[in-house]
Amino acid sequence: MSEFFNMGGYGYYVWSSFGLSFLVIVLNIWWAYARSTRVKRRLSGRVEQPEPVRPTVRQVQ
Amino acid sequence: MLADLLNVIRRDLTIAFRHWSELVNPLVFFIIVATLFPLALSPDIAQLRDVGMGVLWVAALLSSILGLDGLFRSDTDDGSMEQLVLSPIPLSITVLGKTIAHWLVSGVPLVAVSPLVAMAFYLPMAAWDTLIIALLLATPTLSMLGAIGAALTVTLKRGGSILGLLILPLTGPVLIFGARATDLAAQGESPAGPLYLLAALAALAVSLGPLASAAALRVGLE
Amino acid sequence: MWRTLTLFFHQLASPPHFYRWSGLFAPWFAAVALVLITIGLYGGLLLAPPDYQQGEAFRIIYVHVPSAYLSMLSYVLMATAAAVGFIWRIKLAHAVAVSTAPIGASFTFLALVTGALWGKPMWGTYWQWGDARLVSELVLLFLFLGYMALHAAFEEQERGDRMSAVLAVVGVVNVPIIHYSVVWWATLHQGPSITENAISGAMLWPLLVMIAGYTFCFGWLLLLQLRSEVLEREAGARWTQRVLEASP
Repeated sequence: MSEFFNMGGYGYYVWSSFGLSFLVIVLNIWWAYARSTRVKRRLSGRVEQPEPVRPTVRQVQ
Repeated sequence: MLADLLNVIRRDLTIAFRHWSELVNPLVFFIIVATLFPLALSPDIAQLRDVGMGVLWVAALLSSILGLDGLFRSDTDDGSMEQLVLSPIPLSITVLGKTIAHWLVSGVPLVAVSPLVAMAFYLPMAAWDTLIIALLLATPTLSMLGAIGAALTVTLKRGGSILGLLILPLTGPVLIFGARATDLAAQGESPAGPLYLLAALAALAVSLGPLASAAALRVGLE
Repeated sequence: MWRTLTLFFHQLASPPHFYRWSGLFAPWFAAVALVLITIGLYGGLLLAPPDYQQGEAFRIIYVHVPSAYLSMLSYVLMATAAAVGFIWRIKLAHAVAVSTAPIGASFTFLALVTGALWGKPMWGTYWQWGDARLVSELVLLFLFLGYMALHAAFEEQERGDRMSAVLAVVGVVNVPIIHYSVVWWATLHQGPSITENAISGAMLWPLLVMIAGYTFCFGWLLLLQLRSEVLEREAGARWTQRVLEASP
């Protein structure tokens, strides 16, 4: 098993290549879903919900 | 068609000579960039001779691209570009004429002062004629590419900074063949191969470049 | 048959139809990509024998080549879509071009990084200016970034679409010129390059499976991005409101 991860001494290069590829693809997927939710929320929220009114905080000197 | 082209060139040359200070800027930029390199590297003659050709080509490339930022701007701002688009002359011919005029007032002087820079880097005098021919073949390509960039960014307020990002990656081949031709000449070998390739690039750029610039200018006016 | 097919494609170009169809297709793209990449990884990491010259390091090929292939495919797709949108003024084509750019750029980045990580054990350096393919990939990354920067610089969407379409087409004319000039330049400098011997059998099939899996993954990502892009572009349309009400 450790032989497999060692990759004949090239483990660092092989696994960082595969890891980075995985990371970039996962980031792409995450970004696509995040954008989809953001776009849907923004477009539907624009019609229905007005900005919630927040209580303002007064600074005390 | 040729008469129209000459008319455009004549008109732009007349305007250009009225604002001569704008013409000198890229030229001064070229000389300053080239003179900054020895200050950053070392005054060592052998070292300067090694890097000189490369520095000269990069400086020439930067100054010819950055100088083109405003090529279509004044015409677009004062509305005369709309007249040029509507006129019976094909827009690509007008664009070609304007780019040629710009090349005449910026590219040709750059070629003329290049031996001065070559001298500053102790480049062998035997390579000067090749340097001049190579620059004469390379600068039209650079001008055509720069014109595309200028047309793409003409409606942007801050187009200058993005222009370099768009166009500089495309100038790689010119740099490769130009530097290689002068390098061969400096070593006393025949530079014919890269010079032919430079000429081929110039032919391609002059024939296709104006079409792209004209398309971009039309979009800017829509 | 032919008529139904052309009708299908004509309808696909209309945003509401595209939105409905892409919603049906997208999960299948993801599933096929997942299956193919799993098989490809298993074959590439466990079944394929080590290369007799490069040892285990050659396994980087299974992530490098698919990325490099996709970087070029996506640039060509982007330029084609941009040209179609420019000439026939098809809104969806511009949306395709704009959505392809960031995905293509990320695969180009992967091709560069995995190429460098492969180069280190083979050449002794991460970066080799003498290797034409690496330099061309770098230029390709710059072209993607330039396209995205130009598109983002315009406030009016339609003008940004059409301007960056011109840039994409100029770029696609230049890519082969740049590639071959770098090849010419690299042969002069005799840079060491990875020796290529025909790979076959147990080494080759996982690569082909990985390429297919990456392509489906790219298609899936593109569909997802495209759905958001289309919704944004059609924000005012009635079908958009209906879609938004149906899926909160």
